[in-house]
Amino acid sequence: MGRLGELTHALRAAGARPVVPFVTAGFPDDAACRGALRGAREAGCRLVEIGVPFSDPVADGPVIQAASQRALLQGMTPARALDLAAWARRELDLTVVLMGYLNPVLRMGGERFADACAAAGVAGLIVPDLPVDEAAGLRAPLRAAGVDLVSLVAPTTDAARLRLHAAHAAGFLYLVSTTGVTGTGAGAGDDLEAYVARVRAACALPLYVGFGVGTAAQAARVARCADGAIVGSALLRRLEGIDDEAAARTATASFIGELAAAMAAAGDAAGKGDRS
Amino acid sequence: MTMPAANAAPGRFGPYGGQYVPETLMPCLRELEAVWLAARADPAFLAELAALQADYSGRPTPLYRARRFEAACGARARVWLKREDLNHTGAHKINNCLGQVLLAQRMGKARLIAETGAGQHGVATATVAALAGLRCTVYMGEVDMRRQEPNVRRMRLLGAEVVPVLSGARTLKDATSEAIRDWVTNVADSHYIIGSTVGPHPYPTMVRDFQAVIGIEARRQVLEKEGRLPDAAIACVGGGSNAAGLFAGFVDDPVALYGVEAGGGAQGHSAALALGSPGVLHGSLSYLLQDEHGQVVPAHSIAAGLDYPGVGPEHSFLKDTGRVTYDKVDDDEALAAFGDLCRLEGIIPALESSHALAFCRRLLGDEAACAKLVATRAAGPDAGPLVVVVNLSGRGDKDMHGDAGDQANGGAHGQAR
Repeated sequence: MGRLGELTHALRAAGARPVVPFVTAGFPDDAACRGALRGAREAGCRLVEIGVPFSDPVADGPVIQAASQRALLQGMTPARALDLAAWARRELDLTVVLMGYLNPVLRMGGERFADACAAAGVAGLIVPDLPVDEAAGLRAPLRAAGVDLVSLVAPTTDAARLRLHAAHAAGFLYLVSTTGVTGTGAGAGDDLEAYVARVRAACALPLYVGFGVGTAAQAARVARCADGAIVGSALLRRLEGIDDEAAARTATASFIGELAAAMAAAGDAAGKGDRS
Repeated sequence: MTMPAANAAPGRFGPYGGQYVPETLMPCLRELEAVWLAARADPAFLAELAALQADYSGRPTPLYRARRFEAACGARARVWLKREDLNHTGAHKINNCLGQVLLAQRMGKARLIAETGAGQHGVATATVAALAGLRCTVYMGEVDMRRQEPNVRRMRLLGAEVVPVLSGARTLKDATSEAIRDWVTNVADSHYIIGSTVGPHPYPTMVRDFQAVIGIEARRQVLEKEGRLPDAAIACVGGGSNAAGLFAGFVDDPVALYGVEAGGGAQGHSAALALGSPGVLHGSLSYLLQDEHGQVVPAHSIAAGLDYPGVGPEHSFLKDTGRVTYDKVDDDEALAAFGDLCRLEGIIPALESSHALAFCRRLLGDEAACAKLVATRAAGPDAGPLVVVVNLSGRGDKDMHGDAGDQANGGAHGQAR
């Protein structure tokens, strides 16, 4: 098991339901992005997701598209995103999962990218346009470098594909909450609980729900059935227009803190329910 | 109609192709592949498609000998134009849309999604949506909506919703990304008709197969008219569907094949094969215009339908194997050929197709290249003048209000504006 899997299993064993903030590397600018990561640490986060911006992010809604575009215009590159990840690991003791589209990874080369992740202390990688069927070529060098390749499942994923994911997934399983792009869903479909239960029956990994989770109520609902929630667009929306580190830090700590409290309360209630 | 033999390894052309899409779409791609494989072996499906091609689209399209154009090219060849511009809706795009709308009906989809650059694929999709009684949404870059405005009006007249795309360079690449986002969101009830031989498997193969009717007809027609195969076949390449369709008829024959990319001008180019490198965009691995960090670089062409930084994966494979020669033609050369065909033949070609015509003119104007073709051709050096087939993939009425209209009205480009 990689370092990411060790952390997510330990968090689950301790009854924690973490909120995982997603930031786009270099958004709103370099200093404010670091401020947001500091704010996440202050809110108690151990795990964060850092997005490597790409010119054509087909799985992302308007908020992350705009954030990616802005970061690219300001000169963000995969190498600089890796530097940011290394900083978050070193300075803030955060466990970092990188989210990046396939082409920049291929451009650097799978092995080189895996080695760069290991050198930066990155624990996991999410590639939204690399389905499990096509992932063998990247999974091998990542595994050799001790980096978990996180698998995404969707509401459309059927039983046969769930078995495929269960056989290959590492770190945690990323549950896309609704069919759609990031930030535009209603947070969770009507049948989130049934969806999570269906995945849980097929896969022993901790289950983290993302895409469109952006309010305390939505996060609490996730905490009652799954092991963690990933919050991206809703956080980036709060960072838009901020251009100093302290303001980004305060905004993130406040918002993520609110979601974390809602998840903890809901998770505790659910945990008590389990025991009774 | 007949279908070409299936690929040896499904979804791959050498290293190119694949299925690089979000997980949400994977079950849908599996379903589409299964429905398509069943349909292509189903005589009832093929008969229904053939009837629509004949009675609705007007196939077979003529193979026309352009005598005044060939004289202007130096009289070294007999030049045959495959008149895809005479299809219903004015381009080859309808060939693919008729096939895919039948598949959408088999899958029980209520809605069609499309991306479009020049608007020809959007018009063809809006047309088959009307024919089948399906809802239709077409994504089009805001820049393209301006430069191909007549087609925007046609799509709306046909009942389609045309959504302007404001991201990126506001052209075909961005429209494609937005169409994929719609598809991810509405995959349960919507079928995405990709307009070219791009995207994840099975699209590059499936779209080529639906376009193969171009090459299959052209081969039969040129044999009837010339009594032998052509020495060369030429088509423009954006994503590459009209070229894939033409080449499908000749790829197993000793015929020189030329694919012509858009060399653009001062603002850039769209020559992914000539100047790009392998990468992943919109679901498949293929040649791509990208920077050193793997970010996609905006393309440019005066022809909105060629203004795309990627290319179909089969073309990447055919480039690497050397079976097809790819070259590029810039905006000015394409505009000159546009004017030539208007004035010499009374045919207004699409700016996209004008790139193939311009390359034909360049090739036939090159005495050494022609001599080499004659010396090396399968028909032998004594078989008479060269025989060349050019795919006239679409008509140019859509281009009349822009630079092309000025060019045609003013003689040489830029004069008498």
